Amino acid sequence: MDWLFFGEISLAGLAMGGLYALIALGFVIIYKATRVINFAIGEIMMFAAYLFLAFAGGMEMSPWIALPLAVIGGSILGGVIEKTMIRPMLGESPISVVMVTIGIASILVGLVEFIWTADPQLLPNFLPREPVFIGELYLAPKIAYGFLIGSALLIIYLLYFRFSRGGVALRATASDQAAAYSMGINVRRVFNMAWVFGSLAASLAGVLVAATGGLSPQFGIIGLSVLVVVIVGGLDSILGALVAGVFIGWLETVAGAYLGGEYRMPATFLVLAVILVIRPYGLFGTHEIERV
Amino acid sequence: MRIGDAKQSYEADEAIWTSQTQKLWLGFFLLILLVFPFVVDSYLLYLGCLVGIAVISTTGLNILTGFTGLISLGQAGFMGVGAYTVAWLSINTALPFPVTLVLAGLMAAAVGILVGLPSLRVKGLYLAIATLAASVFLHFIFAEWESVTGGMGGLSLEPAHLFGLTFQSDFSMYFIIVPLAVLMVLAARNVFRTRIGRAFIAIRDRDISAEILGINLLRYKLMSFALSSFYAGVAGGLFAYFYRVVTPESFPLSMSIFYLAAVIVGGMGNLLGGILGAAFMTLVPEALKLLTAALTPFYPNAPVFMSPMLEIIFGALIVGFLIFEPHGLAEIWHRIRRFFRLWPFKN
Repeated sequence: MDWLFFGEISLAGLAMGGLYALIALGFVIIYKATRVINFAIGEIMMFAAYLFLAFAGGMEMSPWIALPLAVIGGSILGGVIEKTMIRPMLGESPISVVMVTIGIASILVGLVEFIWTADPQLLPNFLPREPVFIGELYLAPKIAYGFLIGSALLIIYLLYFRFSRGGVALRATASDQAAAYSMGINVRRVFNMAWVFGSLAASLAGVLVAATGGLSPQFGIIGLSVLVVVIVGGLDSILGALVAGVFIGWLETVAGAYLGGEYRMPATFLVLAVILVIRPYGLFGTHEIERV
Repeated sequence: MRIGDAKQSYEADEAIWTSQTQKLWLGFFLLILLVFPFVVDSYLLYLGCLVGIAVISTTGLNILTGFTGLISLGQAGFMGVGAYTVAWLSINTALPFPVTLVLAGLMAAAVGILVGLPSLRVKGLYLAIATLAASVFLHFIFAEWESVTGGMGGLSLEPAHLFGLTFQSDFSMYFIIVPLAVLMVLAARNVFRTRIGRAFIAIRDRDISAEILGINLLRYKLMSFALSSFYAGVAGGLFAYFYRVVTPESFPLSMSIFYLAAVIVGGMGNLLGGILGAAFMTLVPEALKLLTAALTPFYPNAPVFMSPMLEIIFGALIVGFLIFEPHGLAEIWHRIRRFFRLWPFKN
């Protein structure tokens, strides 16, 4: 076995997994606060990446201005979706809410095709080009710097939720909605905030992933990988999202490199199936007990 | 106008056809179905066949999602199993189509039971994701098991045949698809008058309560999966006979979502809703095509925007129905019927 090759593949996979962890974090924030499974997260990522394309490519802004603008655009999109389409569904069955997010995903794909056509696009390169070596292992610069930027946001998020007022409100709502409400927390605003923050994480990851792999209206399919990540990690666990994100990213890349691209999805979904049978609530998720 | 049909016994209340008026209209509808292929052009005939297949598959999904409350994102995968079974049988054996279709249904039902196994432990969204995993595996098998499925190239099959008759044209396929659709919807209607169907509904309403009432959850959930996949398998088999080519790309994930959307737009847990939803969702893209064709002389760019418009309309229909009309087209239909119940003597 070629350990150097394995090491390089693993490294690339782990870096990709870091981005998955970021997207999964966005997913988990939304789920924890509002109990909504967001099937549209891949499409929100895609929309932000297309916004970046429009700002940096079409309007020729500096990528470092376009990136924050695109991410803000993506999070505004998340807020608008919550206000207009998710809030009216409050209290409906989870099936209905999930179907709404699937519908939103379809609308976003259509919008993107409408504005930017269905052709695949390349994002203007904005990350440094020098190859990165960790020890002897080569890592593609786009992936390496993408990972760095992603982790930076991840750490900011974790600190924010731990220490800031807004973060505490969010965690309080997640752990007991009624208690949070009676303590004067504006639950409506928390819901909206969760969508904004969740979409923000997804948007940044979207631009970074699109910068390495290109962009097309099918980009949202990555949402399926993220779904695997959050189920494996546990839907309501931030730690689970991080661990499972890195693991699934690694597994997908290694399976793709050794078995061929067609094995990527089946490999991760196999892990998913095993987890669903052994620990349906995920590695770190809360085991809910149901009563009549 | 439908008045004076107060029910005086439980049997009368539970009858499928409850009134003379209903029988009259139903007979009229069946007559239209019978005359339809003789009077319309080939395009409408093609659409009629498509709607028929969609009705069967949607009814199947409705049994699982609408009546038993188990969400499935694997419907397209089950249809694929049925389609590949039919394709393989028609290439390797000389069985007539009724046999191959039943085998396709049974094969899909077997796969459905396998996929349904986690349903005892997981439910709701977790189950939806388990079925999503199943559809990923099925797609993988369709694409990679080349000796049976022909790989990415797929399989081409001979037309359906029975007693030396071959069913090659859309016209002849219509007479397989539509009677079968009517039969299977009727069968589903009857299922919900039996213990099995009532058990499904009880599980949907509250599975723990259902278990306390003595319903064996695993057994009935698997039964629901089997029944639903049987419908999907038959629909997939008809799909194979209709297009006479089956590839892994014939049954994408978006197709599963399409059928879920049809169930929701039509009305969950309502067989009539399933029929309306299937017809509506099949015909919307076609209506959009016609609209595009009509607009092209004025806006030469119109065809370019058709596919994105379709995605947007598809999504907007799902979101719009869920927010504004959660009971779907069936509810609209009932509202119209209520209006005519006393018409023209309103109030």
